[in-house]
Amino acid sequence: MRDRDWPAGSFAAEFADANALVAAVRSLRARGYSGIETYSPMPLPELDATLRFRKSRLPALVFVGGVAGGAISYFIQWYADVYAYPLNLGGRPVNAVTAFIIPTFEGTILGAALVAFFGLWFVLRLPTYWHSVFDLPGFERATVDRYWVAVSGEDARAGAEVTPNELRALGALRVVVLDGAEDAGAAGGVGLEGAR
Amino acid sequence: MNDRVLLHGNAGDAALTDSLLAPLWRTPSLWWMLFVVSCAGTVLFVFSIYWTIAKGIGTWGNNIPVAWAFAITDFVWWIGIGHAGTFISAFLLLLNQKWRGSVNRVAEAMTIFALVNAAMFPLLHLGRPWFFYWLAPYPATMGVWPNFKSSLPWDVAAVTTYFTVSLLFWYMGLVPDLASARDRAVSRARKLAYGIFALGWRGSGYQWQRYRIAYVLLAALATPLVISVHSVVSLDFAIAQLPGWHSTIFPPYFVVGAIYSGLAMVLMLLIPLRRAFHFEDVITEAHLDRIAKLMLAMGLMLAYSYAMETFMAWYSGDHFERYTYLFSRPFGPYAVLYWIMTALNVLTPNIFWSRRLRRSTPALFIASFGILIGMWLERFAIIVTSLNRDFLPSSWHFYAPSWVDFGLLAGSIGLFGMLFLLFIRYVPTVALSEVKRLRLELANEAAGEVAGA
Repeated sequence: MRDRDWPAGSFAAEFADANALVAAVRSLRARGYSGIETYSPMPLPELDATLRFRKSRLPALVFVGGVAGGAISYFIQWYADVYAYPLNLGGRPVNAVTAFIIPTFEGTILGAALVAFFGLWFVLRLPTYWHSVFDLPGFERATVDRYWVAVSGEDARAGAEVTPNELRALGALRVVVLDGAEDAGAAGGVGLEGAR
Repeated sequence: MNDRVLLHGNAGDAALTDSLLAPLWRTPSLWWMLFVVSCAGTVLFVFSIYWTIAKGIGTWGNNIPVAWAFAITDFVWWIGIGHAGTFISAFLLLLNQKWRGSVNRVAEAMTIFALVNAAMFPLLHLGRPWFFYWLAPYPATMGVWPNFKSSLPWDVAAVTTYFTVSLLFWYMGLVPDLASARDRAVSRARKLAYGIFALGWRGSGYQWQRYRIAYVLLAALATPLVISVHSVVSLDFAIAQLPGWHSTIFPPYFVVGAIYSGLAMVLMLLIPLRRAFHFEDVITEAHLDRIAKLMLAMGLMLAYSYAMETFMAWYSGDHFERYTYLFSRPFGPYAVLYWIMTALNVLTPNIFWSRRLRRSTPALFIASFGILIGMWLERFAIIVTSLNRDFLPSSWHFYAPSWVDFGLLAGSIGLFGMLFLLFIRYVPTVALSEVKRLRLELANEAAGEVAGA
């Protein structure tokens, strides 16, 4: 799921390596959890099917950007050389389609690339400089060598009695309640000392 | 086979990250030495530009009929060097070549800096560079618009698009690594600086999934640009009537030459870099070997192009074409440069038939240096030997460069060096997430299982 913000009482668990995280997420999904999101220092395409993201609209937007870029560049050339300032160069047609192909091609690529670039940050809502996961102790290693999974507290399947134990059984190094202040150990019986 | 390994060592991901980010936190004295030298080069560049603008374009050696000379040679040379970056990062990404992850960042940075340099030369060659905006289609009070039937506005469109897309691609690839740098930085100022550029990246599954889509889309868009940019540059020549320029082989011939010189520059940058920062575990001999193989392939294609353009000049039966290719270039006033160029570009890459030499850093470094010189001379041969003896012998004229021409060339190399040194000092030089991913895949392959399967 998209982690716009985590409701208070959500769970976050840290794993030591990617394979453990992948196995844990698959297992959680098999147990009926749906509000799951991962945090990892590298892409994990093997989880695409499990995390069930909506189909991205980005490719369609990029296509539109390309078409618009091409149309705009052809229009600029047409406006300049056919409408505003036609030049007779050796009797060649003023609307020189073959000559205009090259800037039109470049405009197409440029339009598509700009949409791909800015479109990505738009769909990801970046820059966003604060997110509740940043308050997790040790989360700074999620971009280095640690793998986190978060389970929404609003997930019908989740519960303070069961979820932390399940996560620990799946190999989590530690489990934290996601408003950052509280330790799930209070519910599950294991404190943060177990964390490395 | 052990010597085909793309990643050595088995330290943890944290140690790997730290070793790859090390150039950001500590500065070897060699860096300072090179930085001072390249700054001196940059000063020379700025001074030569100042001289050109203050005194006028007459301080350069070129004059009719050699109206294009050093400046355009330098332009084409730099643009060519700028091709390898996107070739390595976009082409090889689409072809799913896993080895690109260790070298693509350096190659992309090289592309951007080479394009910055390249753009300076046509700008200065305008003579009155402060009127550069006349190239843009805007409603001027003069009522004049650019003529898009000319190849020069095509060139502007191609180069600016290539620069923009390369920059976007580079930055998009950087964001997750900037987040790693943010989370590894010790000082608060550094954390803040990397944090701002990392945009608040947190590596969530959703972010990675969308990111991969956008990155592949950008790669797919950048790939045709690699082909198109130098093709369009070659059209500056090919659509002119001049013997030595007027040829249909030019677009592919220019693209091959461009990637060839770009790969040579990549090797010249990678070899000292991996040595200075001990990146041998990540940028292995297998990487150098593959780049050398690509260079060999490009060199052979280039040799074929040389042979074909000479053959076509003879086969065309055209008096002027035959004169340029069969007499003026090999025996004319610039014959020495022509033969040096042929030797460097055609013979040098053939040493890479040898597996031992493909893995020998001194051989690679020296050969790359030779190829870069050879490729500069190739552009000089195309431009100057065609212009200095065209159709009418009465207008023939010998061209000799002035000190300003040399100052601009040497100075642009200095600026390139300075930008590159700043890059390795402040930006993650290796794509961390890709290297870690590669390591996971290699480990899982070795363990006989794909992650979680």
